[in-house]
Amino acid sequence: MVRLVDVCKTYDNGTRALKGVSLRIDDGEFVFLVGPSGSGKSTIIKLLTGEIRPSEGRVHVNGYSIGTLRARDVPFLRRTLGVIFQDFRLVEKKSVYENVAFAMRVVGASPREIRMRVPYVLDLVGLSHKARRRPYELSGGEQQRVAIARALINNPKVIIADEPTGNLDPARSLEIMTLLERINALGTTVLAVTHEKELVNRFAKRVVAIDGGRIISDRTGGYYQYEAVRN
Amino acid sequence: MKRYETSYFFREGIRGIFLHGFMSFAAIGVIVACLLIMGSFSLLAYNLNELIGDIQNSSEIYVFVDESLSDAEARSVGTRINQLDNVDISTFVSRDEALSQFGERLDGAYSALIEGLESDNPLRHRYVVRLIDAAQMAETAAQLQTVPGVDQVNARVDITENILLVRGVVNTVSLALIVVLLAVSVFIISNTVKLATFDRREEIAIMRVVGATKRFIRWPFVIEGFLLGLTGAVAAFFLQWSLYSSLSRRVTEGLKNIAFVQMAPFDEILPGVLLVFLLVGFLVGMGGSLLTIRRFMKV
Ligand SMILES: Nc1ncnc2c1ncn2[C@@H]1O[C@H](COP(=O)(O)OP(=O)(O)O)[C@@H](O)[C@H]1O
Ligand SMILES: [Mg+2]
Repeated sequence: MVRLVDVCKTYDNGTRALKGVSLRIDDGEFVFLVGPSGSGKSTIIKLLTGEIRPSEGRVHVNGYSIGTLRARDVPFLRRTLGVIFQDFRLVEKKSVYENVAFAMRVVGASPREIRMRVPYVLDLVGLSHKARRRPYELSGGEQQRVAIARALINNPKVIIADEPTGNLDPARSLEIMTLLERINALGTTVLAVTHEKELVNRFAKRVVAIDGGRIISDRTGGYYQYEAVRN
Repeated sequence: MKRYETSYFFREGIRGIFLHGFMSFAAIGVIVACLLIMGSFSLLAYNLNELIGDIQNSSEIYVFVDESLSDAEARSVGTRINQLDNVDISTFVSRDEALSQFGERLDGAYSALIEGLESDNPLRHRYVVRLIDAAQMAETAAQLQTVPGVDQVNARVDITENILLVRGVVNTVSLALIVVLLAVSVFIISNTVKLATFDRREEIAIMRVVGATKRFIRWPFVIEGFLLGLTGAVAAFFLQWSLYSSLSRRVTEGLKNIAFVQMAPFDEILPGVLLVFLLVGFLVGMGGSLLTIRRFMKV
């Protein structure tokens, strides 16, 4: 479960990125976080992953309280999350299989567990046949699916995707979002950041809109609510 | 730590070494060079110290007693000698004992030389004085000269002083070199590891995102540094061995007409050298990598 209560974030240079954000995402939900560039979407993501701390208010993620989290507990918070980025962040020198497997190795899984689990997840994202390829041999959409497989590999409670389709064409974007929807249907909470209106409107999901560091709309329905509120 | 984790850390560490083949090679080369220079100077100092030990033993002062003194008076001079600060021990050697010792040294054919001397001994009563500090030989010799009943003092001040001077210089230079070279080695290793971490900074960032602990990220680099240090140490050890042995042979051979000089056999110092090299290699390797990663991990 993810919960933000009256969260403010002021960066060291004085930028006030969040100005009192409260948000609750229950287990099993699928939530789009939308808003224009610079509105504070990535700041929320970074708070959830423990990369930054709130200046005011409380942030709770899967039982961890980010404001008071000790540095040595951050890795364990992150093991409950699967994070996906716009730029995929794959290791170029490793094969698809290795890119996924090493996320398991990092958390201390045994070689046997890795051999059992990786093919299953690669199959889930439809990349079993490209396990031996290197990232540069894949299309953008395929690379993002590798990243999703990696995010999924340790069975996280929540998948957090920061503009996962930002580098993809509309057809690939739809594929990725559909994949995330399928993963959500299997029980994982999904929080997807995007500013692509068309894409959001294709799914009848909860849409949280943020602008200028404040939540301006939070409604469920296959509709890009954010513009409606603005007008 | 689980076994498969250890093997993963070693694999990654070795991968790092080969990934930066040239830098790793350079790092090992520098460690070998540093250890060899350090080792050679330390061994030189060691041999000089051994030599000094011999000389200190032989750097006894001979104090000849005035011939006009009676035997009993001659024996009492020792009390005054022993009162001097720098005197460790003084042994009275009577003229008869001196003659028979002389005879023993001239064994075999020459023993005929001293025949007949027993009745007309030309030697004097003497004290063999051993010093506490050989460096103050000149002062002590002067003091001995003033002791009543002392006729003559024989001390080889110049040789002792020269050797002590050389030893002082060698010890100082060795120490300075060791400090400088250790610093150089740590610096080089730390740069190699810095390159390795820089090269894998993306990978490390990803590891952190998926929940790797710092410990887990750190180990492969520590092992990389450790292996570099270890390889350097082992290579340096064997080089030092062959260098020392051939030098030792040459010293003995080259000086055989002047004196019988023998450097300490390598077997005798082998465990010490190996231990010190491994320890230094280990410390330099681990130190260099930890130094880098600590800075790096703060990000
Ligand atoms: N590390 C940072 N230091 C200072 N200001 C930042 C930092 N990261 C983001 N900001 C600022 O905070 C605001 C929100 O940024 P961000 O959360 O990245 O927006 P979004 O992801 O919605 O585009 C922006 O004004 C941005 O310039
Ligand atoms: Mg952003």
